[in-house]
Amino acid sequence: MNKTWNNKAWWMVVPVVLLVAFSAIIPLMTVVNYAFQDTFGNNEFYWVGVEWFDDLMKSDRFFDALQRNILFSCIILAIEVPLGIMIALSLPKSGWKVNVYLVLMALPLLIPWNVVGTIWQVFSRSDIGLLGNTLVSLGFDYNYTRDVLDAWITIVAMDVWHWTSLVVLLSYSGLVAIPDAYFQAARIDGASKWATFRYIQFPKMRGVLTIAILLRFMDSFKIYTEPMVLTGGGPGNSTTFMSIDLVKMAIGQFDLGPAAAMSLVYFMIILLICYAFFTVVTNMDKADTKTGSKS
Amino acid sequence: MAKIVLENLAHAYGGNPQQESDYALKRINYVWNDGEACALLGPSGCGKTTLLNIISGLLEPSEGRVYFDDTDVTHVPTKDKNIAQVFQFPVVYDTMTVAENLAFPLVNRGFDQAKIIPRVEEILDLLSLRHMANVKAKGLTADQKQKISLGRGLVRQDVNAVLFDEPLTVIDPLMKWELRTQLRALQQKVGQTMIYVTHDQIEALTFADRIAVMLDGAILQFGTPRELFERPSHTFVGYFIGSPGMNFFPCEIKDDRATLVGQNIELKESYGEPIGKLELGIRPEFVSLHDRAIRSEGLPVVVESVEHLGRNKIVRLLSGDSKFSALLSEHADIPKHAVAQFDADRICIYQDSHILDGEV
Repeated sequence: MNKTWNNKAWWMVVPVVLLVAFSAIIPLMTVVNYAFQDTFGNNEFYWVGVEWFDDLMKSDRFFDALQRNILFSCIILAIEVPLGIMIALSLPKSGWKVNVYLVLMALPLLIPWNVVGTIWQVFSRSDIGLLGNTLVSLGFDYNYTRDVLDAWITIVAMDVWHWTSLVVLLSYSGLVAIPDAYFQAARIDGASKWATFRYIQFPKMRGVLTIAILLRFMDSFKIYTEPMVLTGGGPGNSTTFMSIDLVKMAIGQFDLGPAAAMSLVYFMIILLICYAFFTVVTNMDKADTKTGSKS
Repeated sequence: MAKIVLENLAHAYGGNPQQESDYALKRINYVWNDGEACALLGPSGCGKTTLLNIISGLLEPSEGRVYFDDTDVTHVPTKDKNIAQVFQFPVVYDTMTVAENLAFPLVNRGFDQAKIIPRVEEILDLLSLRHMANVKAKGLTADQKQKISLGRGLVRQDVNAVLFDEPLTVIDPLMKWELRTQLRALQQKVGQTMIYVTHDQIEALTFADRIAVMLDGAILQFGTPRELFERPSHTFVGYFIGSPGMNFFPCEIKDDRATLVGQNIELKESYGEPIGKLELGIRPEFVSLHDRAIRSEGLPVVVESVEHLGRNKIVRLLSGDSKFSALLSEHADIPKHAVAQFDADRICIYQDSHILDGEV
């Protein structure tokens, strides 16, 4: 059979290609372009090859920031995910109270990042802040601008306050989607509360939890505004995350080349970790189904 | 294993019932004997599942009490009632293997492995699932999953009763037959009290010793398949059991004579002069057709259509403006000008839908 070849349909794709080009590809390629060049102003650029990447890999400053990022993401995931699940489990399943709780939960999510930072900045001040001052008057030696541990605790607390609701909302949506019959069967089978969680609720929530963990990881790994407003990266460099360092480098020191190289590596790390996590989780699902379907 | 007694049981969803129609379940007094296989039969929404969930404790009744033997268990939580229940749609624990699923009710109740393993193997054999004992339950087909649900219902031997809530809905027809037969055989062997909810009369009739026919939250009749067939106590039972269902004719009654479609029919019993809405009921199995040239008494009928079922055929008839049907052997002749006659022994008389007892 003779097929008529007509490629005119490709023109239909042009608007999307243009949109994506201007919104993503061209800006990204500009960064790629900077990453291999050096400039001394006057819009003059010199090719430097992989020198910036080479420097970056030898830079303690970069790896320290990376470690802080990883530590921060691990801590907040370890707190927010279990806490979010626990709160979701204790929410009622129906009734008017549900709406009240959900709206209250969603409030922190609606507050802009820098406002959250400001709220906590004031809240935690040891001279006038409600939290800070209370802690000090209770006898704690609390000062987040001076003490590294205090600064970290404050940032973690701020993130938990800001984002646990997201995990709660996602977990809750997973929980209410479980058909009643499962809980009835569990009661008939004499399952304990823990067994019901372990064998019904948790497996059924796995999908939404994957999303929750991915979102929380990406966001926490990219965190910038809140610690920037709260501690400005200090005391010292103790809360300088990669994003803060990047901005310092690019805008503060105007080192466009090294900053571009760093942002590319930063981007790749997030992409890689998310990809790896997602692949592992979906493969786990596939493996389950595969062993299940052979009969 | 226990006798189940329902005393003045009633239930209204949402509580605070004001009138009769607020009740999903209306005042029920019944006894299920120990070791009996019973069916609850009725159309969707008639309260079968409500009644079942009350017995298993998933629901607490608004009124009345439930006894297992002599113990009041009305407000005992499900877990302590020691009941097994199988639901309409399969419930399996995804992350467990088939064998672990079957063992789950035993593990939860603290049986030791030495007892669990042989029991699980027994159930695996019963449901012919042995070859997939170590397969994760997640990816199984719906009917395999339902078999696991059934297995979990049967795995405990010490339960007070096993309740089935339309358990074979998702199973394909051939397997349905096989599983039902196995369940029945198992019930007879072990003698567990079993209650089987269904809207399929064949399922109910083949499974149960006694069947409760339900409509609008009330049990209309509770009897053996034979009683339901021969003497339905309510027109709905007559209509619901049997295929096709019982024929009903509006009629007038005086003593032992019924008048319908302008014809007099002799009755075996005398009913006096009852008032209200009177109906004569006769099963299609007991309607015979004769050539008008040979016998003149009976209802003159017009044959509207004939449906062949293989061994039998259903003949749809019209007499006056009453439509009814007769179930004849496939070989029976259908006369061109026919009269229909009713087997006088099999006629039932209904007053306002309820059966009326006559005097011999």
